[in-house]
Amino acid sequence: MSSHGESFATLPVAPKPALRRFHQARWDEEMIFELSRPGRRGIGVPAPDAPLVELPEGVGRATPPALPELSQNQVVRHYLRLSQETLGADLNIDVGQGTCTMKYSPKVNDTFVRDPRIAELHPLQPEDTVQGVLEIYWRLEQILEEISGMTRVSLQPGAGSAAIYANLAMIRAYHASRGEGGQRDQVVTTMFSHPSNAACAKVAGYEVITLMPDADGYPDIEALRAAVGPRTAALLITNPEDTGIFNPRIREFVELVHAAGGLACYDQANANGILGITRARDAGFDLCHFNLHKTFSTPHACGGPAAGACGVSEALVPFLPGPVVDRDGESYTLSSPASPVGKIRPFLGVTPNVVRAYAWVMALGADGLREVAETAVLNNNYLLHKVLQIPGASVPWPDKRRVEQVRYSWQELAEETGVHSEEIGIRAGDFGVHYWTSHHPYVVPEPFTLEPTESYSREDLDEYAAILAQVATEARQDPEFVRNAPYNQTVHRIDPTSLDDPAQWSPTWRAYCRKHRR
Amino acid sequence: MVPHLAGLLPEAPSVIVGLIVNPVAGLGGPAALKGSDGPAVQARALALGSVPRAAGRATAALRALHARCPALHLRTVAGPMGEDSAVAAGVPYELVHRPAHVTGAADTRAAVAALGGVDLLLFVGGDGTARDVLDARPTGAVLGVPAGVKVYSGCFAVSPFAAGATAAGFDGTTLEAEVVDLDEEAYRSGQVGARLYGTLRVPAARARLSGRKTGSSSAPPGSVESIARAVAASMLPGTAYALGPGATTLAVGRELGLELTPLGVDVVRDGVLLASDVTEQTLLTLAMSQVTHAILSVIGGQGFVIGRGNQQFSPRVLDRLAGITVLATQQKLAALGGRPLLVDSGDTATDAALSGPARVVTGYRESVIYRIQSASEDS
Repeated sequence: MSSHGESFATLPVAPKPALRRFHQARWDEEMIFELSRPGRRGIGVPAPDAPLVELPEGVGRATPPALPELSQNQVVRHYLRLSQETLGADLNIDVGQGTCTMKYSPKVNDTFVRDPRIAELHPLQPEDTVQGVLEIYWRLEQILEEISGMTRVSLQPGAGSAAIYANLAMIRAYHASRGEGGQRDQVVTTMFSHPSNAACAKVAGYEVITLMPDADGYPDIEALRAAVGPRTAALLITNPEDTGIFNPRIREFVELVHAAGGLACYDQANANGILGITRARDAGFDLCHFNLHKTFSTPHACGGPAAGACGVSEALVPFLPGPVVDRDGESYTLSSPASPVGKIRPFLGVTPNVVRAYAWVMALGADGLREVAETAVLNNNYLLHKVLQIPGASVPWPDKRRVEQVRYSWQELAEETGVHSEEIGIRAGDFGVHYWTSHHPYVVPEPFTLEPTESYSREDLDEYAAILAQVATEARQDPEFVRNAPYNQTVHRIDPTSLDDPAQWSPTWRAYCRKHRR
Repeated sequence: MVPHLAGLLPEAPSVIVGLIVNPVAGLGGPAALKGSDGPAVQARALALGSVPRAAGRATAALRALHARCPALHLRTVAGPMGEDSAVAAGVPYELVHRPAHVTGAADTRAAVAALGGVDLLLFVGGDGTARDVLDARPTGAVLGVPAGVKVYSGCFAVSPFAAGATAAGFDGTTLEAEVVDLDEEAYRSGQVGARLYGTLRVPAARARLSGRKTGSSSAPPGSVESIARAVAASMLPGTAYALGPGATTLAVGRELGLELTPLGVDVVRDGVLLASDVTEQTLLTLAMSQVTHAILSVIGGQGFVIGRGNQQFSPRVLDRLAGITVLATQQKLAALGGRPLLVDSGDTATDAALSGPARVVTGYRESVIYRIQSASEDS
């Protein structure tokens, strides 16, 4: 290095190398609670002229809330620093979290959510004061009914998995209403359906039967035949599955389940490849769900609050969770039907995300939604083409067309170099991108799952593929170098045990203090 | 399958297949002896009613090979170590060695040496036989025909039929396969742990080779216990449950508060251990006298449910069972890479009856539908 440092300091600016010289930011920032100092404030509020009103007994709190006390610039600095210490959807080419569908959320939609008419709503306001937001709910429900072909949609669930759970609650109530609640205690799903389906079924008390892929990569229809019977409550299935392969015999699957007296439930959490192209009801499904954050451009929100939508056929409308929004002429009303399902969460739904999703859909229109799907499929097949040019990368069932995502394999590279998919992902992080393998168990060996959605440009996809190609080359030339990555991150390896250990995990500051600061 | 070897023969008349049979391989299985090493164990197995089966399996492999490769040049040794099977299969052969004894490790090694430079050596036996072949340092490719009690090495075809078909399709391309074995003494006392002895060059036809057994330590924590809880909860009063060998069934025992034989078959009824480490004969008597249900785990990496390490479940026992529950973690099934679960009871009709989609218990109130296939079936 010369006395004036790297070439950044000299003019003209040197040409950029093919791959980004990324380095993760490290601010070594404390928790915001640790930054707190008694009495520190963002705004000096003038003392009131009027005398203070005495609150009735029992309304005021005995001790003030334990909120951090900070100055304005501290707050701004704190959150800007944290925003740099991530690889979030607005920082990286976020195509590496296939099945979770990271897409860009237009910032204009956040301005609607910040509008006081939304931001200051209270869930217990009288109906006649919230007609506008009820209309947004009602309209988005109508739109999702059109997209899915279903008779009625509920936007109450607070997330995608909550929507799957709501569907299971409806399935259980439906069978109970026919006197078969006790008998139908099994749910069938597939190995490449999103594992939230199996998880929610278990939470709802069902026995779970999983179908493996057949020789062509489709869920094994012979296995389905063996699985269904008088104990079948429902089939919960994703299509296209996590492999990106669309099951063309999906109607036969539905018919087999119907013939056994079960219901068919379509996991459309990620509908990016099929918007305006196929509809759940047209394939005979009785229920479906969407994750608004996977398909309709609302934030993932790191475990909540996201937003989910349940769609049902005519026969299941009486089982929808409440409250539901109805239109009476020009006015909108809330009613809680006598559904045995009751509520899935308190109040109406996650309103900010419903508003964002509505704004996103309205900006695109019907043709725009179909274009989203077509662009997502095109992007995916372009990326597939690029990745398959990397020696050592492959796709299982290569003769099958992919829709909106692909589960790839580094098996060949791993056999040649001993470098595993997880290690490739960590090294890819050195170039400022995120990368994910697959749910467990690894049915595809040495898996990685890419889903480019409609958000990314050709240059973005070229850059992502070039990073993978670079890491694969490094694995061949110097496997140890890749295994010892990362080099441009601030933490070498994270010990994940705290994520799985209830004695350690700390989703709140209060929990952290209780478990770790005694 | 393209008969490459047959195609090669006119141009390359020197392509020679060698055959060695370990006539006592597999004897200890039905007798619950976990293996067949040593004359004392072999004598005990015969006394307990075991019937030699290696010769029959060698004949089946030769028939499959000969049908695809009629111009086969077979070289073998006299008597039960090869000649008898060649005669039974109706395959012409060249005799190069007359062994004085036929049942020891040294006999196998001497026979490999006597066969000379064959292009493909077919040997019929189990992991012990594979070790003896390895010790004799064969010069060409080798392929095992499974006939032993334990067939955990990767150098074996999945069945005698598959061995014959693989041999016929051999085009000279090989890959390395592991030879692993368990110490039979330690194994009898319940300690599991395979040791890697070396590698042999085998025909590069991965799908038809059984793959090395993967260890029982790779399942995520809790999954085996979850399976054990499921099995314990499913047990009906008055039904006898015959639990096969393996770490998964051992966990079922722990769930029931019983100490089971790690590598043997135990019988449990109404939460009580009825009999430990039973023979095929005992199992048959039981199954004939009362409702008996088998609980079997899958051999990781290979996918065998019947016919490897649990020959006590013979065709006549299997035919009399009220039901079979198969256990495996999802990881174990995923690691099979789409290959089916395999049964190799020794009887075609029994294997066929067991074939088809089956429920495999993968956890508490959790199962996977997985295909079971006869190991002899051409897939």
